[in-house]
Amino acid sequence: MAGVWIIAEQRDGEFRKITFEVASAAKKVADGLGTEVTALVLGSGMEGACAELGKYGVAKVLYADGDAFAAYTTDAYTNACGALIKDGGPDVLLMGASMQGKDLGGRLAARLDTGIAVDCTALAVEDGKLKATRPMYAGKVYADIFINGSPQIASLRPNVFDIVETGGEAAVESVSAEAGEIKAVVAEVQAAEEGKVDLTEATVIVSGGRGMKEADNFKLLEELAGKLNAAVGASRSAVDAGWRSHTDQVGQTGKVVTPNLYIACGISGAIQHLAGMGSSKVIVAINKDADAPIHTKADYCVVADLFDVVPELTKEV
Amino acid sequence: MNIVVCIKQVPDTEAVIKIAGDGKSIDTGDIKWVMNPYDEFGVEEALRIVKDQGGEVTVIGAGPARVVEALRTALAMGADKAIHIQDDDLYGADPIAVAKMLAKAIEPLNPDIIFFGQRAVDDDSGVVSSALAELLGLPQLSVVTKLEVADGKAKAVRPVEGQTLVLEAALPAVITAQKGLNEPRYASLPGIMKAKKKPLEVKTPADLGAERSDFIEIAVLNPPPDRAPGKTVEGESPAELAANLAKLLKEEAKVI
Ligand SMILES: Cc1cc2nc3c(=O)[nH]c(=O)nc-3n(C[C@H](O)[C@H](O)[C@H](O)COP(=O)(O)OP(=O)(O)OC[C@H]3O[C@@H](n4cnc5c(N)ncnc54)[C@H](O)[C@@H]3O)c2cc1C
Repeated sequence: MAGVWIIAEQRDGEFRKITFEVASAAKKVADGLGTEVTALVLGSGMEGACAELGKYGVAKVLYADGDAFAAYTTDAYTNACGALIKDGGPDVLLMGASMQGKDLGGRLAARLDTGIAVDCTALAVEDGKLKATRPMYAGKVYADIFINGSPQIASLRPNVFDIVETGGEAAVESVSAEAGEIKAVVAEVQAAEEGKVDLTEATVIVSGGRGMKEADNFKLLEELAGKLNAAVGASRSAVDAGWRSHTDQVGQTGKVVTPNLYIACGISGAIQHLAGMGSSKVIVAINKDADAPIHTKADYCVVADLFDVVPELTKEV
Repeated sequence: MNIVVCIKQVPDTEAVIKIAGDGKSIDTGDIKWVMNPYDEFGVEEALRIVKDQGGEVTVIGAGPARVVEALRTALAMGADKAIHIQDDDLYGADPIAVAKMLAKAIEPLNPDIIFFGQRAVDDDSGVVSSALAELLGLPQLSVVTKLEVADGKAKAVRPVEGQTLVLEAALPAVITAQKGLNEPRYASLPGIMKAKKKPLEVKTPADLGAERSDFIEIAVLNPPPDRAPGKTVEGESPAELAANLAKLLKEEAKVI
């Protein structure tokens, strides 16, 4: 049962969007290799949900049920996936470069004694091998990587790979898997604020920098974000000033984001900031300084005072 | 408390990255090297724990001779001693290979905590820490913004998409530091003077009995894809600018 395998990601029994992105990308790789996609799903009471993955190109689901699989832990996933993968011997293993995938990937690669390409933005098949493209040096270069180990593991940057519905139902096979000893236990889960979209998952981001002048002014961005169902991000200057929380920082030492639309308000466009948002599909800069570097990266440049333009924009969208 | 902090030396975040003649590596000629910014949070956290609870902080870095500078910076911040795994070819190595090498160096030290930065800002992989945890059979607490260490246990706050998790593990454990964990100190002048006299041991991979084995093969490095040149949104008034922008986003870019 070789082929292309993916590790599905679920929360509270529902597949996360990244799972569909990874499945769709895996389908293309499998087509290139002349093989099929198998999805590993670990969950609790999720068997009925598994066939749905067929819609995104998954031919077969291996479903392991257990209380220990209800929510992700490093140990349960490494133990269970590690054993199933050793057993099945896939050629390629794909997962999301989400918080879960980033936590799991390196550990699983070490367990299976193989290599991993993290946070990939493109995949191809060349001479029967996976070619993974990933940004390095904060997007200053892109590397094409081959993995000379088995399986060839790659994790995929969220929001980059298109979800492709090819139709169909996946065949679901229940398998038994051991969660093993859980060394790092999830003692508590605190939900984020109601309605707050996570930066790495948002399709639209409105970000503010030092030009926002004070914490209170971020209300303007929140109003705009509310209308666009967007997340609010920040430059390091805004975070260091204490206006926004650390988790909102976009950039080389913050989050790397790839929304469809990134609106930078009062952000100059320092190289470390561009590193975090430079591969957004469409970039808007609202900055009163026509010479600010952000304007050289933006698709749409608004050279004006953000305090005048942002409230008007909120009315328009 | 016996704490190890793994440190990577990386190009300064301002550095211009040029692709070398071989097309597979970067031209390191003009680069200014610094300690990976996330590692600073690891060093700081280790120093705070040891100040409170006693113990010793050992920093470990692998790579060519220049890596000593990053180790000296950590010693100047207050770490007690350093180990340099010296290997001229190691920069750009497969993180799994690096983890194997670090495992050989760290295992005999029997640390209670091994800190890493959550990722290095050069290859942006974040793989070495969890691979090392696996190789040593230790729990991993990744990307943490808050940490409590007491009674042989670590309790860590880990923000994930839309949630904040509190993780708990018995020591020894591998912990990776995220911004927000603390405010790293700067090395003071007396610190820098003292650092010169602190023990810094140099080992080769051969000394450690580690063999380099890379699974990852970089076929080629390319510059980032070009972006089409942008346009300046026209308008006489803020309202007109906003209306024109909204129109472009809806009708041309089709993103809202
Ligand atoms: C190791 C390291 C890591 C870093 N990592 C990051 C990172 O991850 N993310 C990050 O963002 N930065 C990072 N930085 C910091 C980075 O170098 C810049 O200092 C920072 O991004 C600047 O933030 P800013 O654009 O908000 O502020 P500034 O550079 O001060 O720019 C403010 C802009 O707002 C404009 N402005 C002011 N008022 C208005 C107004 N009323 N209307 C419209 N425009 C206005 C100004 O014209 C100016 O262009 C890092 C730096 C280092 C050294």
